[in-house]
Amino acid sequence: MEAETLNRPNAVEINGVAVELAKHGSGPTLLFLHPHIGLAGADGFLHALAQKFTVYAPSHPGFGRSALPRHFTTVDDLAYFYLDLIEELDLDRILLVGASFGGWLAAEIAVKASPRLERLVLIDPLGVRLSERDTPDIVDLFATKQSALERLAYRDPAHARLDHAAMSEEDAFIHFRNRESAALFGWSPYMNDPKLKSRLHRVKLPTLVLWGDDDGIVKLPYGRAYAGLIPGARFVTVAHAAHFPYIEQPQGCAQLITAFGA
Amino acid sequence: MRVYHMTEEPYPDAWNVGAESLRVNLPNRYCDPEVAADQYHRFLDEWALCDELGINIFVNEHHSTATCITASCNIVLGILAKTTKRVRLLGLGMPIANRPDPLRVAEECAMIDVISRGRFDMGFIKGVPYEIVPSNSRPVHQVERFWEAHDLIIKALTSHDGPFSWEGEHFHYRSVNIWPRPWQQPHPPVWVSANSVGSVRPVAERGYVLGTVMTGYAAKNLFSEYRRVWRASGRPGPVPLDRFCYCCFAAVGNSEAEGLRRGHDVMAYLRTNAIVADQFRSPPGYIAPQVLASQFRRTGRAGFSELGLFDKDGHRISGFVEAKVADAMHGGLLFAGTPDQVYQQIVDFYEAIGGFGVLQMMAQAGTMSHEDTVESLTLFAKEVMPRLEEYHASRQMAAE
Repeated sequence: MEAETLNRPNAVEINGVAVELAKHGSGPTLLFLHPHIGLAGADGFLHALAQKFTVYAPSHPGFGRSALPRHFTTVDDLAYFYLDLIEELDLDRILLVGASFGGWLAAEIAVKASPRLERLVLIDPLGVRLSERDTPDIVDLFATKQSALERLAYRDPAHARLDHAAMSEEDAFIHFRNRESAALFGWSPYMNDPKLKSRLHRVKLPTLVLWGDDDGIVKLPYGRAYAGLIPGARFVTVAHAAHFPYIEQPQGCAQLITAFGA
Repeated sequence: MRVYHMTEEPYPDAWNVGAESLRVNLPNRYCDPEVAADQYHRFLDEWALCDELGINIFVNEHHSTATCITASCNIVLGILAKTTKRVRLLGLGMPIANRPDPLRVAEECAMIDVISRGRFDMGFIKGVPYEIVPSNSRPVHQVERFWEAHDLIIKALTSHDGPFSWEGEHFHYRSVNIWPRPWQQPHPPVWVSANSVGSVRPVAERGYVLGTVMTGYAAKNLFSEYRRVWRASGRPGPVPLDRFCYCCFAAVGNSEAEGLRRGHDVMAYLRTNAIVADQFRSPPGYIAPQVLASQFRRTGRAGFSELGLFDKDGHRISGFVEAKVADAMHGGLLFAGTPDQVYQQIVDFYEAIGGFGVLQMMAQAGTMSHEDTVESLTLFAKEVMPRLEEYHASRQMAAE
């Protein structure tokens, strides 16, 4: 299977880039930006949100079944892509929600600003550089033992396990493709934009930062400091969850976001 | 036939500390600088002996590893450029996709070529996947970066009319104008290693020397692909055999038993080379996702797997780690025994894969002692090499 031959049932084309875009529910507009693992595990969360929102859940260029133009190499490219997408689809009064890598992307979009954005939710986002230069902020997703990563990313590591024998060829392909694209966009500087910290003051949207209590990939103090860089942002922890609280606590996260965004 | 000797300059004192990985994350507290100095001096002495014996010199490099403490092949070659007098000096090589500054590589190559008065062979490699983390080099688009670095290095070595600028995808320079210019014109011969059929094409299109490493009889398929691409690119005549390089282990003794014992010692390379923690074996982008997906669905694991040993007909003999001396000999990877036996083994292998003009041998590896290395190299140079050269010349004449 090659990326060019992927079947994209819900594709939209933005500036010549065909991306898959799932749409659920009805109500105010919510745009969900997935993490480096793609949309895997997000169904429960998205369906809970769809009770109150029209949820748009695209796969980023290079992820899922979405095309990847050769010249896309940075999160900046993705941020401008989404500013185009918002305009092309004429989305307005948007609640922008991003998780982990997608939280970094959401922060970059919010910094660039669009009058079509109304509120911002970041869930355990990556993307800023906070510690001393010889102290990593973010666990190395590409060079850490798999069993350790599972324990750092999930309170219940069973969420990380893949049933290789039961997986379709396409799902397996997407799993490894997502990993490759995450490395394309986040290899070095590792999962951060050194400029983002000094730009976050530009976020003028009401912002909610959610953080998994047990996140071992990016820890709570990083989360608090990150939220502190965004004027007026609220910081709320999610119990019984690690790096992906929307996977481990889908209803709880959806309720917090609904209360914030409705 | 041209013969080269290489050693990875191993540091075997650290192989028994119980580490799960000899590469990437083995703390360098296990490296005693005094032991390392002795190792470097010893290997330089063995390469100096090669100069006397007429065996050409081949140096490679690895990073963050106790399997190979040559962290820069160009430093070793820079020393040898002055201390040797007659043999050729091959660096195979420089991991140019992983080095952030190809302009510096071009400068180093020109210096080695000039200091050695034109004895330098310039080799470029992509490197094994566990070199990615130590280099911090992004594995996605690595092959593109490799060829852009190559293009820049060649242009730097062949431009003599003042600065040019380079605004590529991966590298940016406002003024490239290297000093010195290389001794050999238009530039030192280029070698590129490739171990898969898909990687052969760009090497053959450019007519470079193809280095195959630890491939055994599968080298035949790589050479066939080279010939196919050579013809398809409209190059005249058959591919000269000096474009084909085969890398093996060789161990010669005065008796068969002594040769086989030395063979066992050099094969410590195979036993330790693959001791690498899983998380460093498959950096994203290094292997295509469709290949990983298919591996994963089949086995529940995905990533770079060590090459194994295969017989002439492609049947698997064993993996590298557990391979016995007889397995490695059966798989065409190790030539060991008396001079007569080693000669015959190489000739048989040569015929089986359709000939090659360059034999690279790892005549030192693992725990093989200095005395054993000296004697094995000397026996090879005096009793095997002249006959191989003669055999190769006669086969080439027959082909013409």
